[in-house]
Amino acid sequence: MDIEKQYIELYDQYHSLIDKHASPILNALREKAMSDFREMGFPTPDNEEYKRTNIPALFAPDYGLNLNRVEIPVNPYEVFRCDVPNLSTLLYFVVNDSFYTKDTPKVKLPEGVLIGSLNEIAQTHPDLVQRYYGKQACAEKNGIVALNTAFVQDGFFLYVPKGVIIEKPIQLINILRGNADFMVNRRLLIILEEGAQAHLLVCDHTMDKNKFLASQVTEIYAGKNTVFDYYDIEESSLNTRRVTSTFVSQAENSNVLINGITLHNGITRNDYQMTFVGEHAEARLCGMAIADKKQSVDNHTFIDHAVPNCTSNELFKYVLDDSSTGSFSGRILVREGAQKTSAYQTNRNLCATKEAHMYTKPQLEIYADDVKCSHGATVGQLDENALFYLRSRGIPEAEARMLLMFAFTNDVIENVRMDALKERLRQLVEKRFRGELDKCAGCNICQ
Amino acid sequence: METKDPNKILNDVTSNDYKYGFVTDIETEVIPTGLCENVIRLISQKKGEPDWLLEFRLKAYEHWRTLTMPNWAHLEIPDIDYQAISYYAAPKKKEGPKSLDEVDPELLKTFNKLGISLEEQMKLSGIAVDAVMDSVSVKTTFREKLAELGVIFCSFSEAVKDYPDLVKKYLGSVVSYRDNFFAALNSAVFSDGSFVYIPKGVRCPMELSTYFRINAANTGQFERTLIVADDDSYVSYLEGCTAPMRDENQLHAAIVEIIAHDRAEVKYSTVQNWYPGDKNGKGGIYNFVTKRGICKGDHSKISWTQVETGSAITWKYPSCILAGDNSTGEFYSVAVTNNHQQADTGTKMIHLGKNTKSTIVSKGISAGYSQNSYRGLVKISPKAENARNYTQCDSLLLSSHCGAHTFPYMDIKNDTAIVEHEATTSKINEDQIFYCNQRGIPTEDAVGLIVNGYAKEVMNKLPMEFAVEAQKLLQISLEGSVG
Repeated sequence: MDIEKQYIELYDQYHSLIDKHASPILNALREKAMSDFREMGFPTPDNEEYKRTNIPALFAPDYGLNLNRVEIPVNPYEVFRCDVPNLSTLLYFVVNDSFYTKDTPKVKLPEGVLIGSLNEIAQTHPDLVQRYYGKQACAEKNGIVALNTAFVQDGFFLYVPKGVIIEKPIQLINILRGNADFMVNRRLLIILEEGAQAHLLVCDHTMDKNKFLASQVTEIYAGKNTVFDYYDIEESSLNTRRVTSTFVSQAENSNVLINGITLHNGITRNDYQMTFVGEHAEARLCGMAIADKKQSVDNHTFIDHAVPNCTSNELFKYVLDDSSTGSFSGRILVREGAQKTSAYQTNRNLCATKEAHMYTKPQLEIYADDVKCSHGATVGQLDENALFYLRSRGIPEAEARMLLMFAFTNDVIENVRMDALKERLRQLVEKRFRGELDKCAGCNICQ
Repeated sequence: METKDPNKILNDVTSNDYKYGFVTDIETEVIPTGLCENVIRLISQKKGEPDWLLEFRLKAYEHWRTLTMPNWAHLEIPDIDYQAISYYAAPKKKEGPKSLDEVDPELLKTFNKLGISLEEQMKLSGIAVDAVMDSVSVKTTFREKLAELGVIFCSFSEAVKDYPDLVKKYLGSVVSYRDNFFAALNSAVFSDGSFVYIPKGVRCPMELSTYFRINAANTGQFERTLIVADDDSYVSYLEGCTAPMRDENQLHAAIVEIIAHDRAEVKYSTVQNWYPGDKNGKGGIYNFVTKRGICKGDHSKISWTQVETGSAITWKYPSCILAGDNSTGEFYSVAVTNNHQQADTGTKMIHLGKNTKSTIVSKGISAGYSQNSYRGLVKISPKAENARNYTQCDSLLLSSHCGAHTFPYMDIKNDTAIVEHEATTSKINEDQIFYCNQRGIPTEDAVGLIVNGYAKEVMNKLPMEFAVEAQKLLQISLEGSVG
């Protein structure tokens, strides 16, 4: 419990300071979360679900926390151009764990739509935030979520009222920046009321060479007949550790797409938990990881078919080079009575070297009989015949390999429901395969 | 056309008698319940074992005491009181029977009831049988004939007496007593089992078979099977098991070890039909078995085929360690659970050698309130160049209260490996039933047809004699359980 101790002591010493810079709603859950954390601690690799990522080791280094909310001297607009060509977005920034309030876009949002700092909106619209905050992300069951809940002071908030469709994609850029090793606790809360529609593109970037640990908890509430796209693209640094937990609750007839793409990272652990609470809902959960050097990507998904007549579709693809490690664990639970469920899961992986390791664990847990469920997983290499075919037509081997790898990952990109973003992702993936994307794409600090 | 009410059909099926549920009135020697060092010394003494074996047992016991029962399986296991079990029960006998005439007639009756004839007709079916009752081997047939070829097929205790070097060399070499909780327990208290040794270049001319039967109450069964196939040899081994109907649960914790040397092939088939408990889930056997084979030599092959229809709880993973280059591991399984049965079964394929291949085909069928899980591991080590695995695990659900689960693990540490896994879960397709109905086949027959077709891929791997029995078992367990 030594690793936990430093966080417990930090909390005991500074909890009034944490409270001072956060709204009462965020503060209300702290004590309980901390006592849960004291009890549980971090999940260790002995825990079946955390076998492949050593969570205590990620949290062990002595990170600084910006509890006093000191402003980080950065103008994201100046240093950063994470734009998607031909895609105009509503652009927002979270620098470390604070919502960047200066120069927020002066666009007219449809009436009732709230986009901004979680902490601020928790003060201006306490009833709304209170109704949803921390309802899915249960601190009792998960030490990581508990710690996040105890320390979090800000994050991003999106609220789309009944029947409102936000045509323009919303883009949130998470920037990690600091002159020392930093730990950030971020929180995203997304609420779509009945019939609402929105797309959210979240890009994670690291701007400095220091060590960072980003702990992010996202809660998404998709109401009746909603359509919501969530693209989560990580382009961070080798020194970045990222631990995310994403919770999605889907009401009747909702349609949610989650696409988690890891283009460049250090050690990443993503947890996705999707729960159907209303019938006839559809979920699509996709992911892709391209890893080399000593990078590690660990995706855990859990789809809970709690009610009948829902459909879920999962697709995860990994390309592993050098001595990188990939891990995928997908669990589909069909509860008793959840008849007429369709649940499909696919995980395909390419290992390019002997040192690259892939661990995959697709799981089905089914308690209803009138269901159609399947999962498939493969690990292998590029098809020699396909490679030969291309080479016999005069395409150099390296180019042919790249083409095939690109085609392999393209399935995931095809799931993107925005053409411009699709195009941009294709470019990024291509660049990544050509080895040009050793650092994050659009920032001019690293260029 | 008249179709039966599904509930009625289900009732018919679930009230189907377990026809092996009789108790044989035979004098049995049972030692008091409980486990301590003295009990182990007593077992060892009763069996007249050499010191090295006693030491092995005691080491295992010491290790077992440090362990706690694992709880990671997708099973609900009531607490087992290991002190309430008797660890040794044997049919009382004055001297080892020299011929069939000396075998207790009650015992012969038992085996006749089971359809295992130890007598002359065995010659016709050409299977050598080792019958194990309450963990003690009572009769091994065809020994002389096998001995001519140099094949050793005898009870484990005889092997310890007659071939101590072989036993010493291989005992615990695949499943160490440190392997897991139940392996440690078995290593400490195992009472008997079968030993098979196939010498170099010998193709065993007949199927070898063991029948296991638990008879005495309040006892556990802890037998050990050790199969060694020397270079270029072949053997097909069958295992069948039954138990009486009792209200309390009984524990069966066996170990099977297989060693295949260069170019040897071992085929191990199980038809497991321990008493599954009554339709309310009362009683039944806990079948917690460690089965593992090692393909030690190049080009060797181990093939597991299992049909699991019995036991209240089945928890086992017959596995292959593919150490030799070009070695092959196979696993074919049909697991049927009905009423309140639970099964968490599958396999582990551990690829260590170059060009190793493994195939896994698992078919789960769950009905009633049962839970049926497939759990498997395919591990490709960094040195296993060009390893290949194909896994298919399908589940069929026959009621709305049962569960079917798959937990496959794939750990790949070599880029030349090709690993494929496929799984589907569904209920019997209504179109298929409709098609059969339309052609005049009643629903229950149609279900039988479809289930049999579904399991065919695995059934085909069973030796003929067993396939017939297995098919019958499948019918008893399931016929018409879907409307």
